[in-house]
Amino acid sequence: MASDKQINVEDIAKLARVELTVEEAAEFQKEIESILGYIEELSAVDVEGIEPMAHATAITNVFGEDVPGPQLDREAVLGNAPETLDDELIRVPKVIEDGDGGTH
Amino acid sequence: MADQYVHQLSPATLFDAAAELAAGDATSTSLCRQLLARHEATDNILNGYRQLESDAILEQAAAADARRSDGKPIGPYDGLPIAIKDNIAVNGQPCGCASRILEGYTAPYDATVVTRLKAAGMICAGRTNMDEFAMGSSTENSAYGHSCNPWNTECVPGGSSGGSAVAVASGQAFAALGSDTGGSIRQPASFCGIVGLKPTYGLVPRYGLVAYASSLDQIGPLTSDVRDAALVLDIIGGYDPMDSTSIPDTRTGFIDALDKGIEGLRIGVPKEYFDVDGLHPEVRQASEAAIRAFSDAGCEVVDVSLPSLRYGVAVYYVIATAEASSNLARYDGIRYGARYPDTDLMSTYFMTREKGFGKEVKRRIILGTYVLSSGYYDAYYLRAQKIRTLVRRDFAEAFKSCDVIIGPTSPTTAFRHGEISDPLQMYLTDIYTVPANLAGNCGISIPYGTDSSGLPIGVQLMGDSLCENNILRAGHWLMESGKS
Repeated sequence: MASDKQINVEDIAKLARVELTVEEAAEFQKEIESILGYIEELSAVDVEGIEPMAHATAITNVFGEDVPGPQLDREAVLGNAPETLDDELIRVPKVIEDGDGGTH
Repeated sequence: MADQYVHQLSPATLFDAAAELAAGDATSTSLCRQLLARHEATDNILNGYRQLESDAILEQAAAADARRSDGKPIGPYDGLPIAIKDNIAVNGQPCGCASRILEGYTAPYDATVVTRLKAAGMICAGRTNMDEFAMGSSTENSAYGHSCNPWNTECVPGGSSGGSAVAVASGQAFAALGSDTGGSIRQPASFCGIVGLKPTYGLVPRYGLVAYASSLDQIGPLTSDVRDAALVLDIIGGYDPMDSTSIPDTRTGFIDALDKGIEGLRIGVPKEYFDVDGLHPEVRQASEAAIRAFSDAGCEVVDVSLPSLRYGVAVYYVIATAEASSNLARYDGIRYGARYPDTDLMSTYFMTREKGFGKEVKRRIILGTYVLSSGYYDAYYLRAQKIRTLVRRDFAEAFKSCDVIIGPTSPTTAFRHGEISDPLQMYLTDIYTVPANLAGNCGISIPYGTDSSGLPIGVQLMGDSLCENNILRAGHWLMESGKS
């Protein structure tokens, strides 16, 4: 296992799009270091030549027929959106800056 | 001791209730009224349910009774209620995973298991409390307050399907559905003195189950006896084209296997399970007594070895958090659930996820993001996946010489609220249950005695992939033998 293993919780939280309070960051830093210390024991296992296992069944690449199936009810789906427009669109926060032509 | 909260409905099981319906000794309405009365009397203390709508339940019960009195019941289970964990979608009901981030969310479709329950005439009665997004072992991580163990309300019911276990153990439900990613059905069943079954990965469709760690998650029943666990599994199990990890050509008919008894079953005892630091002596004794019972009944008892047990928790918390960090990326305040708006899109993401997620969820997302991040992927995630292969090999080897592996479900009985505050210590309580999820095998927790303070002890029986029949037969026999 990497010997330069060091976690900076605030950096990782940014990657994960999670805002942390100062107290949370300090608390998580300590706790996650302790968890990683425990996980470190995996580095002692000899895994030479062992295939990784992604999930528990031997099933891969399950393809469905390319045909239309039942659709979710539009009203029910839009009813779950934080903000909607004209009962047919989900309204989202502004993504594109003014005046840049909309090709972002 | 607050064990006035421990209670069985009368009839006590779905199986017996179905018999009473058939004989005309009960109606769906009378059965539902019974559990609603029990709910009214206990749940302000126990907090097993996030939501229970009595009017809707009684309306469906009346419809089932009308079908039955017309001589046209849908089937033997028409009108029987079952409680549903808050991470399984029931069309038109909230599906909140006990999280603020899904506040106000109403499921727009039925999970496949729910479709199947409804097709059998069953009533989805109530949403049970849980650890937020199924992350926890105590149901203390719910955004809607912790649940209490009916055997001692100062103790946790276990988790993450704690509310489902509470509902069954306190007589607020005959049965409940839960989900088990690392022990979340079996451990609360053990803490609450009931039966909890984690089926083989791929046997029960996950369509409509909110994903936590997709390669480990499995839906299963929490019930008051093994016959009911088999009964529910017969209804919800089997291939589903909506779940690409669903195993084709799976058979049900588990309830019929129970009467075969235990003749010919070989019981495997993994020595590593009994060498764990922190295994409580009374829990150990209960497992040893169960082993003796099988031996006295003529079962061959063999020693087996699961050397990778010591790595199970570490492997689990790498793989589960990695998958969780990816699965929970969808909660961004855009399409559904809560949105905490800010000046722009990016800060809306950050703000929504800060306010919407609880501490344990954030902790696991960060850990999962880290183990998947560039430079650490090979050292953590890939390595954990390889050791997962070793866990599976251990089981394959062990099941060459036995049909059922026996051991404790949890190292201890129920602990007190707030007793375990260190996350790592909490993770370590999953030591006996995570291996079955990693390997994809089935496991069941059977109540087997109580400790000196009167709290229930669970014994875990694990079976090979798709060998539910073995653990159901053994569990049924063990529970019945314990009664005499």
